[in-house]
Amino acid sequence: MIFYLLRRIVYTIPIMIGVAFFCFLLVHISPGDPLVSILPPDASIELQQQLMKLYGFDRPWYEQFAHWFWRALHGDLGTSIASGRSVSTEVMRAVGNTLMLSCMATLIGFLFGSLFGFVAGYFRDSWVDRVASALSVLGVSVPHYWLGMVLVIIFSSQLMWLPATGAGPGGSGEWAWDWAHVQFMVLPAITMSVIPMGIIARTVRALVADILAQEFVVGLRAKGLTDLGIFLHVVKNAAPTALAVMGLQLGYLLGGSILIETVFSWPGTGFLLNSAIFQRDMPLLQGTILVLATFFVVLNLMVDVLQTTLDPRIQRS
Amino acid sequence: MNMTSTVAGIAPVPAAAEPVERSPGFWSGVVRKLMRDPVALGAGAVLLTLILMAIFAHQLVPSDPYATSMLKRLKPIGFEGFPLGSDELGRDMLSRLMLGTRLSLFMGITPVLIAFVIGSGVGILPGYAGGLVNTLIMRTIDILYAFPSVLLAIALSGALGAGIGNALLSLTIVFIPQIARVAESVTTQVRGRDYVEAARASGASPFTIVRVHVLGNVLGPIFVFATSLIAVSMILASGLSFLGLGVRPPEPEWGLMLNTLRTAIYTQPWVAALPGVMIFITSISFNLLSDSLRSAMDVKS
Repeated sequence: MIFYLLRRIVYTIPIMIGVAFFCFLLVHISPGDPLVSILPPDASIELQQQLMKLYGFDRPWYEQFAHWFWRALHGDLGTSIASGRSVSTEVMRAVGNTLMLSCMATLIGFLFGSLFGFVAGYFRDSWVDRVASALSVLGVSVPHYWLGMVLVIIFSSQLMWLPATGAGPGGSGEWAWDWAHVQFMVLPAITMSVIPMGIIARTVRALVADILAQEFVVGLRAKGLTDLGIFLHVVKNAAPTALAVMGLQLGYLLGGSILIETVFSWPGTGFLLNSAIFQRDMPLLQGTILVLATFFVVLNLMVDVLQTTLDPRIQRS
Repeated sequence: MNMTSTVAGIAPVPAAAEPVERSPGFWSGVVRKLMRDPVALGAGAVLLTLILMAIFAHQLVPSDPYATSMLKRLKPIGFEGFPLGSDELGRDMLSRLMLGTRLSLFMGITPVLIAFVIGSGVGILPGYAGGLVNTLIMRTIDILYAFPSVLLAIALSGALGAGIGNALLSLTIVFIPQIARVAESVTTQVRGRDYVEAARASGASPFTIVRVHVLGNVLGPIFVFATSLIAVSMILASGLSFLGLGVRPPEPEWGLMLNTLRTAIYTQPWVAALPGVMIFITSISFNLLSDSLRSAMDVKS
């Protein structure tokens, strides 16, 4: 197992270099000159060359990559072309907001997903199971950006219970865990939780049904264990896989939050990506994607390591 | 639950990637099972209607989907002459939703189709060849797999710029590694089967073995997996247009329509939500049909 873990951790290094190279390539597959968005149309050739040099676009690609990667390792993701500020600072500020929202959504999705999945798996083929399974199909099929709009229509525009957009009263400002701020998170977090809820419900249903069909459960029943006792056994057996799926879902939400953040004007990485794309600010796009992908890779690694160490049934060589 | 991942370990290969041994009457059996499945029939009927609507959109629309009217902007559902209301430029919603079926279905299905062809090739080759070829190709694919799909799609189409072609290209690149992984895993399983060994022993060339013995048994499961991606692709493709990265105005496409109507959620909320209903119906139907197809092809049950 130790060897597996070591190999797994070491294997993350080439993956990360590959991911970084992909992010680096993004600038080069984008059509047109990356400096076009800051240069005035009548810029002199000298000014153009000066800026090319400043951003390093005049050197061969492998040098550019090595240079860029080395600085990225030190936390320097370059300078945003549109704002002139450091990309790292901008991304770090936004990542906090995205992380907060995604964690909340994963938590909601996990709680309700395991609840539905558990009930469905326990009363398999009953009407409860059918309703829960139907809900989970709806959960994975709904275009979540549309669901966000519908929730805004119902709870903001019609009932006026909750704010529609933003992350706090009066536009910007620091986040705080009071109702004045938290109410801004309710709709986006619920919207975001729908996909993990559906996926976790499906997983838990299959797990519970599988476990209940195993012989040791019959043995426990024969031994005279109460339903509660059996329930605890099922939970213990289902937990590692369910938690692993939850971890992966958090990673997907972090990377996929852009659509929901756009609907709710949530000031996270999605918002940053959006402005980077439309201002053709390639360093910002590159940096944000790199940070989010790194989160995803590290989260995957953590899930794998935790699952291997926690679940003695998993044999890895 | 199959959660054993390889050392690659970025994510486990999706379930349902078992080779299907081809036997006489297998496909007619699958069709017979589907015909007896009310869910599959319902979902199939909805999709067939949508496809017919897409093909005959120009003959079916009640009015010109492009005709604007500044006086009749954002009219409610049931307004005279606008059965489903009108959009922010006074265009007939019903006609635009109907014509929108064309681009929305096209944008959702095409990337999966292309990725099915390319991804199968990219996956079957290393699956059959094994060894160094396998390591090289599959580890490269792992890198693309290290991105969440939404992020990868947005990164690519964000860098390439808005447009139908770029959105299709980005989505295709998103789905190739997913399909290739399934293809590789099924092919690796088939490669070890007795009939492949027998063919090799009797002197069949690798090309013949792949064509005769491998393809027939792996394409089915890969296809089923690909169909499960169509719903995701529909949502993602419309999502790209929703962000302004896909179809450009004034063409009707459901994601783009949602985007342009977003400002109308306070004035005409239910009209603004309509394009999303279409995306939802389409993606549920694809999901249900794909689930039914999977269980119909599951020989064990």
